[in-house]
Amino acid sequence: MATRPTRAGAARLRVDPIACDGRGLCAETLPELITLDDWGFPVISGDAVPGDQLDDARETVRACPRLALRLELG
Amino acid sequence: MTRGTASYQPAAGRPPAGLPGRLPRLLPGGLADGPASLAEHLARYGPPPALADGQALIAEVDRAGLSGRGGAGFPTARKLAVVAGRTAPVVVANGAEGEPASAKDKVLLARAPHLVLDGAVAAAGIVGARQAVVVAHRSVRGIVAAAAAERDRAQLDRVRIKVVAAADRFVGGEASAVVHWIERGVPTPTARPPRLAERGLAGAPTLVQNVETLAHLALIVRYGAQWFRSLGTPTEPGTMLVTVLGAVREPSVLEIALGTPAGQVLALAGGPSAPLQALLVGGYGGSWVRAAEAVSRPFSAAGLAGLGAGVGAGLVAALPRDACGLRETARVVRYLAGESARQCGPCWFGLAAVAGEVDRLAEGRTGDLRLLRRWLGQADGRGACRHPDGVVRLVRSALTVFRPELNGHAHGWCSGTGTVLPVPRTRPGGTGGH
Repeated sequence: MATRPTRAGAARLRVDPIACDGRGLCAETLPELITLDDWGFPVISGDAVPGDQLDDARETVRACPRLALRLELG
Repeated sequence: MTRGTASYQPAAGRPPAGLPGRLPRLLPGGLADGPASLAEHLARYGPPPALADGQALIAEVDRAGLSGRGGAGFPTARKLAVVAGRTAPVVVANGAEGEPASAKDKVLLARAPHLVLDGAVAAAGIVGARQAVVVAHRSVRGIVAAAAAERDRAQLDRVRIKVVAAADRFVGGEASAVVHWIERGVPTPTARPPRLAERGLAGAPTLVQNVETLAHLALIVRYGAQWFRSLGTPTEPGTMLVTVLGAVREPSVLEIALGTPAGQVLALAGGPSAPLQALLVGGYGGSWVRAAEAVSRPFSAAGLAGLGAGVGAGLVAALPRDACGLRETARVVRYLAGESARQCGPCWFGLAAVAGEVDRLAEGRTGDLRLLRRWLGQADGRGACRHPDGVVRLVRSALTVFRPELNGHAHGWCSGTGTVLPVPRTRPGGTGGH
């Protein structure tokens, strides 16, 4: 469900909390934007993904074993 | 809303004598305790009008200022507008009322089922739906089904009405959980997007409205926005059903004009049966407020906002001075944690952690307030639905209102005796079918 961001709008990471199993891969590959709570579930920065981290963010979205992450516009 | 230009003439014209400006609007007065029959219903309110222009009706509901009475308070006209015009939508009347202390939807369905069915049919007419599903608490499902059969025999509606017993679970009343339950017999919230308005029941655009909201809608299409606004406040017009319980002489479901002082709401329930220390308002996912501060406040979103509270689903629970607010909170939080659908980690594990810490504080063992606050922050807003947010709100308000009690508990004493808030026994997880 990754949405390819365009130059027009800011891209934000979102997690589907039902799909998420707390595997924690995302927090390892993108620690600047994703940390884990005390139970191992990702806490995701609501800020726009900085341009120089967009490629890493896309890769993290692709790598989620539960397909629980997505990149949303706006 | 930008459809203010469309005009709407209430087809039923004048409200029956005695109805305008008077309470109650929704609950039949003077009848025996049973449900109002179709004949009694029609005699009281007149026939439901034929609905011609959906857009004009949405504009009229917007002018009325009706907002959802299920807890979230979302403007009804906006929900109608989002579903109207989509292909083959359906309407779901939500009378699940999973809140264990709340009775207002059950009482409404038990006493005025036809008003709710009128509202469901009106909503269907407005958005262009041909089917309405009424989800009723199992204690009143039979009454609603009998009312629907009565209308069927009278060939009153062009909308097909289906009545389903609700899942008896706290989160089962959440809009997506209701749809999930109807469709698959599983009473758990589902992830969004897509929104229910786009793809809900069996993939159809779905309007989910609380049954009380629909009852108000049934009267707005009959008598118009101006009539609706003749009670309540300018920013929160109309009336609202409330469930008053705890330390009052006559615990009951009442209909009040929005903005009625909270103290008067208690008086309508017979008044306090003991000196009060606090009120729990909104619901179990609501807020504690100090009784002395609350009684003079209008019971409305605006009136309660200054106390960090809201009207929610209309629960008012009065806590007497000789009860322990921390213990009450701990019991409710333990129950709510057990009612997590266990789909979202922060809700499943976070609420269990929060419940454990609140328990420790209430029992006078070494509770860690800093850790508790950290966990509240980590659970807040982290579920697919608002279940964890409600628990966080409840606990945060308890830590404020019962602060003196916290100190006492830390030194090993508790002044509380007895229990006030009803908490069902927690089930071992089974969800069952319809």
